Amino acid sequence: MAEPIRAAIAPGEEPGALRKALSRAEARRQWRAFGLTLPLLVFLLLTLLVPIVALLQRAVENPEVANALPQTIRALDGWNGHDAPSAAAYGALVKDLAHLPDSADAGQLARRLNTEVAGARSLVMGAYRALPFEGSDADIQARLLQADPRWGEAPFWQAIAKNGSRWTPDYLLASLDLKRDTDGAIERMPEEQRAFGAILLRTFHISLVVTICCLLLGYPLAWWLASLPERSANVLMILVLVPFWTSILVRVAAWIVLLQSEGLVNSGLMGLGLIHEPLPLLFNRTGVVIAMVHILLPFMILPLYSVMKNVPPTYLRAAVSLGSAPLAAFFRVYVPQTYPGIGAGALLVFILSIGYYVTPALLGGADDQMLSYYIARYTNVEVNWGMACALGAILLGATLILYGVYRRMGKAELSLG
Amino acid sequence: MKKSLIPCAAAALAACLALPSFAQQQLTIVNFGGANANAQKKAYYEPFEKTGVKVVPVEYNGEQAKIKAMVETKKVTWDVVEVESPDAVRGCDEGLFEKLDYSKLVDKADLVPAAVTECGVGVFVWSTVMAYNGDKLKSAPTSWADFFDTKKIPGKRGMRKGARYNLEFALLADGVKPADVYKVLATKEGADRAFKKLTELKPSIQWWEAGAQAPQFLVAGDVVLTTVFNGRIDAANREGRNLKIYWPGGIYDLDYWVIPKGAPNKELSQKFIAFGLQPANQAVYAQNIAYGPTNSKALAKLDKKVLDDLPTSAANAKEALQFNVSFWADQGEALEKRFAAWATQ
Repeated sequence: MAEPIRAAIAPGEEPGALRKALSRAEARRQWRAFGLTLPLLVFLLLTLLVPIVALLQRAVENPEVANALPQTIRALDGWNGHDAPSAAAYGALVKDLAHLPDSADAGQLARRLNTEVAGARSLVMGAYRALPFEGSDADIQARLLQADPRWGEAPFWQAIAKNGSRWTPDYLLASLDLKRDTDGAIERMPEEQRAFGAILLRTFHISLVVTICCLLLGYPLAWWLASLPERSANVLMILVLVPFWTSILVRVAAWIVLLQSEGLVNSGLMGLGLIHEPLPLLFNRTGVVIAMVHILLPFMILPLYSVMKNVPPTYLRAAVSLGSAPLAAFFRVYVPQTYPGIGAGALLVFILSIGYYVTPALLGGADDQMLSYYIARYTNVEVNWGMACALGAILLGATLILYGVYRRMGKAELSLG
Repeated sequence: MKKSLIPCAAAALAACLALPSFAQQQLTIVNFGGANANAQKKAYYEPFEKTGVKVVPVEYNGEQAKIKAMVETKKVTWDVVEVESPDAVRGCDEGLFEKLDYSKLVDKADLVPAAVTECGVGVFVWSTVMAYNGDKLKSAPTSWADFFDTKKIPGKRGMRKGARYNLEFALLADGVKPADVYKVLATKEGADRAFKKLTELKPSIQWWEAGAQAPQFLVAGDVVLTTVFNGRIDAANREGRNLKIYWPGGIYDLDYWVIPKGAPNKELSQKFIAFGLQPANQAVYAQNIAYGPTNSKALAKLDKKVLDDLPTSAANAKEALQFNVSFWADQGEALEKRFAAWATQ
C-alpha cells in the first residue's frame, strides 16, 4: 500500500500535487478492495436479493383470474356483489373458459379460486369439462345452474370479481388473519380461520424462550472457558463444537431416544425415585425447546467466548480491591463489558430459531409448529405459493423490525459486526 | 497393501466393462421410501431391470412443489412418480402430468374402479386404520367411539398432525354412519361437529408427523391407540411385534403412478407402468407389504394369510370408508387452515 504513495512524493513538487496523489492512491486502494469483494456482492445479489425480491413479488402477484377470465370480469363490472349476477356474466364465463389455450390454465384458475372459496375447484373444472355450451346467455345460465346449483351463489362470483386485478393484497392480509369484504373494506377473518397471528406470536415466543435458555446456560460456560488456560479451554471447546458438527437430524433422533417415556431420562429419574410416572418430555413444547437449545447453544457460546477472552481480568480485580462485593463487581464491571457478546449471541440464536422447521415438526405437537412449518406446507402440500411467499414476507418483515428495534436499543455498537 | 490391489484392479475392470451400459436406457422412478419402496423394488424395479432398462429409484416426501418446478422450468428428470390421490387429481387439472393411454397399459376392466383416472393409474390400495399393541392392551377397542373414550381405555392416542382422516374419524366416533361421513363433513355444522369431537380428545392426543412414528409410539408404549397406515403395522409385525389393527371405519385410498408432463422417456415409462400392473407383479408386491393390489386378477394369486392383512380383502373392506378425493381437493386447504387455528386454541 505504501509503495505508490512514496513514489508520488517526489522532491520539489507542490503540496496540492501531493494531496492529489494521495487521494488517487486512496481511490485505487478502495477500488481494489471493492474488486476483491465484488464476487461476494454478486453472489449475495444472486442468492439472496434476487430470491427475496421474487418472493415479495409472488406474495402480491395474482395473474390467474385476470388472465383467464377477462370478459367475465368486464361483465361483472357494476354488479352489486350480493345477488346472482346477470346472464351476461354466465355467457362471458363460458366464452372465457372456451378460449383458454390449455386445460392447465383452467386448473390454475380453479386452484386460485379454490383458495378463496372452498369448492370452487370442482365448480370451475366441472364447467370446463362440460364445454362447449351453445345458445344464448340465458340458456347457458340455466344449464350451468342445472349442472351445479352452486353457480347461483354469490361467493364464487365475488371471488372472480375481487381477483380481476393482477396484484392483490389478499395473501398478505390472510397472513395477518385479515381479509377484504365484498366492498373492499378490510376486516378480520372469521374466528375459525384465524391462525397465523397466533402462529407468528408462537414462533417469537419459542424463539425468545430458546434464546433466554441458551444465554442462561451458555454464559457461565463461556465465562469458565475464558478463564481457563488456553490448553484446557481448547479441549473443552471441542466438546462444544462436536455436537455443532453433527447433523441436526441425528441429534433430533438422539433426543427422541433420550426423552421418550421409556427413554433414558425418564427411566433414570424413575430409578432414582424422583418421579413415579414418566414425564411428558416429547411431542410437546418441552421437547422442542430442549432440542433447539441444544442445537443452538454453540451459536451463543462462541460469540460470548470471543468477547470474554478480550475482557482484561484486571478490571474485576481492581473493583474488588477498591471495596466492591465480588457479586456486585461481577454484575457492574464484568457483565457490562460482555454486552457485545450477549447481544451478538442472542441475536444470532433468536434469528436462527425463528426459521426452525425440522425440529418442531419432529419433536412438537400440533400446537408447537412454527411459521416455517406452514410455509413448507403451503409450498409442498397445498401448492399455494402466493400464500407461502406472503407468510415468508411477513416473517422477513417481522424479523427486520425486531432487528431495527434491537439496533436502536443497543445503539448500533452491539451490532453483529 | 498388496492384497487390496486385487479388488482395486477388479473394480477398475468392472468400471471398464460397465462403460457400455451408459448407452443403456434409464428410468427414474420416484417413491415414498421405507418399507413400501423395498416392496416396489422387489416386485417392480428388479424384475423390470431384466428387460435391459436401468431403474433409478428416487425417494421423496410427496412434495408436489418439486414436480411443479420441474414442469414449469421444462427440466423434467423424473419419469414415473408415485403420488397420493388428491395430488393425482389436482396435478392432472393443473397440467403437471401427461394423460395416460390405457390401450398401452392394461385392460381397464381388470382394475378396481378408483384406480382409473385421466393422468394417474392406481398402483396399490392402502388404508388409515386404528391400531393397538396386542402385548400391552388387553381389552381391544370395538368402535371408533372407544378411540375417543379415554375413560374406557385410558391413555394417549396417536393421530396424524393435520385435519385429513382425523375429521372423518371424529364423525365416526360421534355416531355418523360411514356412508354419510363426507355428506356431513361438507356442511358447516358437520365440520363444527368434527372439530368439537376432536377438542374432547385434544389433551390426550400425541401427534405424529412421519408414518413410521405411529407404530413406534405403540411399541414404546407412548400411546395405547393410534391411527396409522396399515402397511406400517405390517412392517413392524414382520420385525416380531404384535401390533393389531381394528379395520372397521378405516379410510382406504390409492396411490397413483403419474408421468410428469415433458418427462424424457414417455414410451418407456408407459411400458414400466404396464409391467407394474400385471397381476403376477402386483401379487409379489402384496406379499412384501400389506397393501392391496389394484389389478383384481392379482388377488387370485395370493394365499389366505396375505389376503387377511390387505385392506382390499372382503372382511377388512366391509365397513371401510373410501377416501373422498374430490371433497379434500375442494375443502382441504380451508379445513387444514381451520385445523391450524384449532390447534392454537
